[in-house]
Amino acid sequence: MGTIAIPETKTMLTIPGDPVRQLLWRFAGRFDLQMLVQSARGVARGTVARLVAAGERNTHEWTAAKNAMLDAFDSAGITAAFMEPEEGGFIAGPKNLALGLAAFELAWVDGGAATASLAGFLALSPIHERGMPEQVDRYMKLAAPPQPGENRKPWRGAFALTEPIPYVGVDTGMLGGKVRVAEWKDGQEPWLQIDKRGRFISGIAFANFVTAAVSSGDERIKGSCVVILEETDKGAFDRGTSTKKLVHQLSSTGDPVFNLRIPAGRIVGGYTVKEGVIIPNFNHTEVIDAVFRRTRVPVGLMTAAKLLSSVEPVIRYQRQRFRGAEGARPGSVRYEQGIQQREDALHRLVDVWAAGEAAASLGFAAARLFDELDPLEKQKTALMKDRGISGGRAVMKALKESEQRAVELLALKQSDPRRAQLEADPLVQFVLKDAEANVLCPATKLWNTGHGANMMREAVSLMGGYGITEDCPGFLANKWMDAQLEATYEGPEAVQRRQLTVTMIGDVFLALFAAWTKQMREIASSHPGTGACTLASAMNLWAWTLNHLQRSTDAAGNKLYHGQRQGVTFALADALSWLMASRCQILDVLELETRGAQDASVSEGLAGTVQFLSDLCHTQAAQAAGEVSRICAELVFGYNRHPSWDDEERRNCFLASELEDLEQTVPGIMAMAVDVLAADGSHPAKAGPCASCAGASDFLRMQSKLTRCLTGSRLAKDRAAETVSKVVIPEALDYPAAGPA
Amino acid sequence: MATTFHIAVCAGIVPDPLQTLEPTTTPGGPAIKNEMLLPAVLDPWAASALYEAADLASRVPGSKLWLVSLGPKARLQQVMMTVAQKVAFELVPIDSPQGGFADAAATAEAIASTIEAIPNLDRAKLLLFGGWESASRGAGVTLQFVGERLRIADQFFGVDQIIVHDDGSFEVLERVEGGKHQVSVCAGAPAVLGWATGNLAEPRNNPQIGMANMRTVMPALQRAKAAALDANGLRYVAVSLPRQQRETRVVQDMTPDQIAAELVAWIGKDR
Ligand SMILES: Cc1cc2nc3c(=O)[nH]c(=O)nc-3n(C[C@H](O)[C@H](O)[C@H](O)COP(=O)(O)OP(=O)(O)OC[C@H]3O[C@@H](n4cnc5c(N)ncnc54)[C@H](O)[C@@H]3O)c2cc1C
Repeated sequence: MGTIAIPETKTMLTIPGDPVRQLLWRFAGRFDLQMLVQSARGVARGTVARLVAAGERNTHEWTAAKNAMLDAFDSAGITAAFMEPEEGGFIAGPKNLALGLAAFELAWVDGGAATASLAGFLALSPIHERGMPEQVDRYMKLAAPPQPGENRKPWRGAFALTEPIPYVGVDTGMLGGKVRVAEWKDGQEPWLQIDKRGRFISGIAFANFVTAAVSSGDERIKGSCVVILEETDKGAFDRGTSTKKLVHQLSSTGDPVFNLRIPAGRIVGGYTVKEGVIIPNFNHTEVIDAVFRRTRVPVGLMTAAKLLSSVEPVIRYQRQRFRGAEGARPGSVRYEQGIQQREDALHRLVDVWAAGEAAASLGFAAARLFDELDPLEKQKTALMKDRGISGGRAVMKALKESEQRAVELLALKQSDPRRAQLEADPLVQFVLKDAEANVLCPATKLWNTGHGANMMREAVSLMGGYGITEDCPGFLANKWMDAQLEATYEGPEAVQRRQLTVTMIGDVFLALFAAWTKQMREIASSHPGTGACTLASAMNLWAWTLNHLQRSTDAAGNKLYHGQRQGVTFALADALSWLMASRCQILDVLELETRGAQDASVSEGLAGTVQFLSDLCHTQAAQAAGEVSRICAELVFGYNRHPSWDDEERRNCFLASELEDLEQTVPGIMAMAVDVLAADGSHPAKAGPCASCAGASDFLRMQSKLTRCLTGSRLAKDRAAETVSKVVIPEALDYPAAGPA
Repeated sequence: MATTFHIAVCAGIVPDPLQTLEPTTTPGGPAIKNEMLLPAVLDPWAASALYEAADLASRVPGSKLWLVSLGPKARLQQVMMTVAQKVAFELVPIDSPQGGFADAAATAEAIASTIEAIPNLDRAKLLLFGGWESASRGAGVTLQFVGERLRIADQFFGVDQIIVHDDGSFEVLERVEGGKHQVSVCAGAPAVLGWATGNLAEPRNNPQIGMANMRTVMPALQRAKAAALDANGLRYVAVSLPRQQRETRVVQDMTPDQIAAELVAWIGKDR
């Protein structure tokens, strides 16, 4: 008998550094971004870490020290990362990846610091995305940090959508804030009266301007809009009390009250007047949709950063745990490896690390996608204008044809000559990227923060009691609590699931999904160790289940896949997010392998790093497969009524006496039959006769294949654990922990 | 002030001092374990020299600043993502293998000939800046060799301050034992200044400065010439991390010969 040769593997020697990250997250050629990373890191591990270590999170109030952090953002170029070069920025072109990287670096130390920087961008975003040119010009210039030699305080902003109960929260349609006409003289610009109360508004303690969502309380104004309020406007600009939040204390949050008079020119995106009625060019939903699409991705990246940031402190804690004890002499296993002698400690850290990698891969993929989408979106808008098509519905109708072309393109063979023509069509490109972004953005926000918060808890637990203290190096307990806010603000999980419910069943997305599934199988054939095959099987199961649920009803005959049926749709959205994260993680590792070989700064040690990251992919893919399998099985079977002993189904059971007779002709049948009624009518102790289910065999076949596809995944985890026990880490963390300053 | 300076700062890159550094032996001689995988930083002493140089250049209008750095160019590029954001300079990279174990004379030769070839550098105005030693191996002789090779006789080490006078002469503070400084006045450039820490804080990162520097940094890195450093028969018997040890005595009235004899005896003790 021959023996199987186990291929020799390389071991990763150090924790992946910047050159590896630049390749994984595709900014190796972007020096502007690499500098932003270094610069944001300097502020995070310097100014921000010192604030946290000094206990500045222990007050809800906005303090001078917290304010100094904003100045540090300004001088390090973090604030300017949002600006165009002509507005005082240094990054040309779309900035989604830039903002994601900055948020990632800040959150590596403290989520609140990242929020403090993002809140300003959030306030400017409505103006940036939908504002009139003169609005953009005014506020971007005011908000730009002063240039050398300029003596000016930059303006800071807040974004006020959420309102006190019973108004805006998850449901952003229920606006309590009102806009009315205060004064409208013939031939002059109208003056508006704004009454808006905000709840949990970030950056309110120091905001010079606020972008606020209001609805019309006046028949002379149509619908709703977003308006710009300035602190010096006539009336009350009351910042309200600070929110007593338990998280993100380095950001300011409060419940303001605005009662102000403003010119109508402050309506974001402008307005027209028709028959004596002010018609805003954009209603508040159109504005916030454009904003949140972009700002939610950096939030997901914040949680990803925290997971990855916990790896080094946990390893250090585990290794040093017993040093200094009698019997733990240098050189002994107890001294050198500490808790890392124990398999579970290593395996759980592997899980945290794998989740962090997947979350980062997903978030950065989404950020890059928006960078590609931004110019295409502009092109689309221009094309529509040329064709005289305007209004949401008309545009959607016009894009239907492009969607069909996109689906057609995805079905064409590589060699098909029609490909080039379809690929060159900007509208086809737009609908493809748009469909992808409409899934990746909510998936990032949902999965990174939700699953991320769970995994941060795991990270905390790996540090034992230390983990839950203020002095825990890496501030892990803060990061865990903070992750819950990341899952909540800018649209809680329910909002993301609701969006996925709609976008994940689009024709273009499903065609993309099918192509990606195929691509995973191809990857699996060249890179069997990545878990790509497992993932492809899980993707198949998900797609089958979606299709099945769209056509099926529950035991009472009600439709299963339906907007109101969140038990079905939300669960499928969760499952899809696991798949998306795992897919992006695998694609990143392939990129590293391909590009790394030609890159002198990573080529040494590349094989070991690729091996380890592939093992993490495999581990993560196995977990994703498990989740998808569990969720899909519950959905496929869970809505059928279980047969019961006193119903019709009872008649389908064997009687014990029948079986005894049958045993004569079919030996062994007694052992096989499960639902057997005794002579006295008693039945086995279980819920009822076992259920059967229409379509079950297809599902079970796929699920069983998926289960078999887990083969090897624990070997990958063992290998990754072995690396975690050996990888070299720095002597000390590069930012302080709490303690005397 | 009519004087202008042409300041060339020599600064190598070293592994980030926070990393776990472990010497190993390779076929090519001693090395730091995983050195190519560890994050690198600009040599801290030389970094002080760079910040001081930028400050001096800003105080003496018309002065120019070059950063001359020898190291693997892919790593140099990574380090530039931070360093280029600190102050404005023109990078003069020399591509060479990583390591603190290269022969100091060969390193100095590569640096000196590169400086000689810098277009528009006026050697009469040259202030050669660098660290008084390196955080890699700390031989503390490279800068002196470069100075000798460029025939610069005025050399100062452990410098913490330079004050330039109107006539182009300058006063230099050099560290001496016991936390004191020795004050010298030099008639003017050319001179070598090997810096200790200086007095300036590390400038904040500013991506705007970085983007401006990158316009010249990237082409320079692409053009960087490779230098093969001759071992010149240099052989290491053993390599270990420095033990943290300090045996300081403040003495007066000892002749140089007596000091030298004591040092020789002290070195011999370790055998
Ligand atoms: C620190 C902090 C900073 C913030 N910053 C800002 C800011 O700068 N600007 C701003 O405008 N807002 C801000 N917010 C508000 C934040 O966006 C809201 O809290 C969030 O949108 C949720 O609204 P809510 O709290 O009213 O929750 P609710 O609407 O009451 O929802 C509570 C829960 O009910 C469930 N739920 C509600 N509706 C549905 C549904 N349709 N389907 C399924 N489940 C549902 C979900 O589980 C949801 O999580 C901030 C909040 C905090 C805590």
